[in-house]
Amino acid sequence: MKRLLSIAPLLVAIIAIQLLCAATGTLYYLTQMTMSAYYALLIIGLCVLMGYAGQISLGHGGFFAIGGYISAALTTHNLEPLQENVLVAALNSLGLLHAGVDLYGGTFLVVTPWVACIVAILAAVLISYLIGVPVLKLKGHYLAMATLGFGIIIYRVVLASEYFGEADGISGVPGFTLVPGLTVSGDFSGRIQNYYIAWGLLIIGLILLLNLIDSRVGRALRAIHGSSEAADAMGVNTARFKIQTFVLSAVFAAIAGVFLTHYNGGIGPSEASVMKSVRYVALVAVGGMAHLWGALTMGVLLNFLSLRGVFGSYDDAVFGLILILIMLFAPNGILSLRWRPGLAKQVDEKGDG
Amino acid sequence: MNLLQVDQLHKRFGGLHAVSDVSFAVRQGQIKAVIGPNGAGKTTLFNLISGALPVTSGRVIFKGKAIQGKKPYQIASRGIARTYQNIKMFSGMTALENVMVGRHTRSRAGFMASMFNLPGTPAEERAIRAQAMDLLQLLDIADVADIPATSLAFGQQRAVELARALAMEPELLLLDEPAAGLNIYETAEVGRLISKIRDLGITVLLVEHDMSLVMDISDEIVVLSFGQKIAEDLPAAIQQNPDVIKIYLGEE
Ligand SMILES: Nc1ncnc2c1ncn2[C@@H]1O[C@H](COP(=O)(O)OP(=O)(O)OP(=O)(O)O)[C@@H](O)[C@H]1O
Ligand SMILES: [Mg+2]
Repeated sequence: MKRLLSIAPLLVAIIAIQLLCAATGTLYYLTQMTMSAYYALLIIGLCVLMGYAGQISLGHGGFFAIGGYISAALTTHNLEPLQENVLVAALNSLGLLHAGVDLYGGTFLVVTPWVACIVAILAAVLISYLIGVPVLKLKGHYLAMATLGFGIIIYRVVLASEYFGEADGISGVPGFTLVPGLTVSGDFSGRIQNYYIAWGLLIIGLILLLNLIDSRVGRALRAIHGSSEAADAMGVNTARFKIQTFVLSAVFAAIAGVFLTHYNGGIGPSEASVMKSVRYVALVAVGGMAHLWGALTMGVLLNFLSLRGVFGSYDDAVFGLILILIMLFAPNGILSLRWRPGLAKQVDEKGDG
Repeated sequence: MNLLQVDQLHKRFGGLHAVSDVSFAVRQGQIKAVIGPNGAGKTTLFNLISGALPVTSGRVIFKGKAIQGKKPYQIASRGIARTYQNIKMFSGMTALENVMVGRHTRSRAGFMASMFNLPGTPAEERAIRAQAMDLLQLLDIADVADIPATSLAFGQQRAVELARALAMEPELLLLDEPAAGLNIYETAEVGRLISKIRDLGITVLLVEHDMSLVMDISDEIVVLSFGQKIAEDLPAAIQQNPDVIKIYLGEE
């Protein structure tokens, strides 16, 4: 109840923006507002990882891409030629596939969006866990480097594999019908509906994360950030909490990827690029690091401006500049992540410290 | 019954033997003190018992089970709590929140339960808050509950650290110089508090430089010097022990 009150102003703003756009005949703004909401979903997840658990990731564009590409590939690749395959036949008999007729009268058989979405999320869980276990043992900019490496691998994989459409990416991704009457797609007629789907999802994500940071788990995460050694001595399994948070933030990124891909009707390799990951880190930093509301506001605002083309051809440069400025002038943000490993090591090894 | 037993415990830092084949036992319900000059290895001993540092050799036996080699969080959940010589507050958290973290091993809400506010979670959260508040009251610092812990006065931070350790409901409490930096009134208060903690049934292992405090409240004393145990006895006997007198006079 208290939680609902705290987000009431946001709800009012969301409705007001929609009504204003409708009244002024500027409904096209809602398209970018919808996309920005999905990006913000990734950013608030990353905010919990960076701001509360104190772990940096320069690879979250990779998790977004895992979500987007898997759901795009599964819902577009025609399985009809493989109909005799045991696995395909089994999936089909379970009702997990969708048969149809395309524009040219050809028949096709693809995975339904719900199944693709679940597969994409499970893939993100599995991959983030496998990456997280070794990588989260690292500190400071070693961790930044390792997650950066992961992001680069995902980028090269989607760029090099035919299955993921190489440089063209994947297009023709169908709409995602969540429940009858509610479909995530870029259809002109569904613009207002999609605006509310995106913001509804973002608000659900926000509430879940606000609950999390206000809880026993959130306290443990902040304690790790405050004094890793003392948290350990209080019985907090720091390694496990870091990994769980990493996986959680990867799931948020993957869900954002799934939804935005259905909304856009496709996904391209630029979504997996390192520049995207850097942008997400910059947005968490500019939002105040350990500040979900700040991350949400900045995530929506700056992505909206970027999508409107306000930054022109300097788009990526603007986010680079933001990162530099934050590093220089907001020591409480980035510096508390201990990007200086020399210092971090000293503090950690002092023993009784 | 021995609650804790250290057996031939050894810690080497390069060529330095910070703790050298030290053995002693702590009986259930005791207040046992570890004293010795600066650099004698007292804090290192605590780091070995709590798992913050790996042992070079030897054993630590708690409630009949060897715990050396276990991770600090595992040792903590078995019932050993500690405070630090150089206070380690959770920065960015209030005094109350610091103490609430101490309830970690005594509560269970995980990621799913917390995010979805599953049944039982709000009640658990209320209980954690109430228990933490009670401890702040016990230590007479309830009035600073909502102040960021790192901006509290030194003595208050020590109290928060103690409350945080007590929140774990430990069976063994390791106190590393709880009176360091306190004035004589505060020191006397800490002495009364430690006795009170023992009366709650918590066994205490105490490192302290303030001799009058140590002699006053300890049941037994272990003396370390250059990593080695040179004496273990009742307080009155320790005061008469020529070896102990020598190292303390030698130090002056
Ligand atoms: N992590 C470490 N690495 C290397 N040497 C260490 C480390 N921790 C402690 N030492 C050394 O081990 C010896 C024992 O240190 P320790 O802190 O245990 O002494 P202490 O008895 O607690 O002293 P004090 O009364 O000053 O607190 C010292 O010589 C110290 O420099
Ligand atoms: Mg010491």
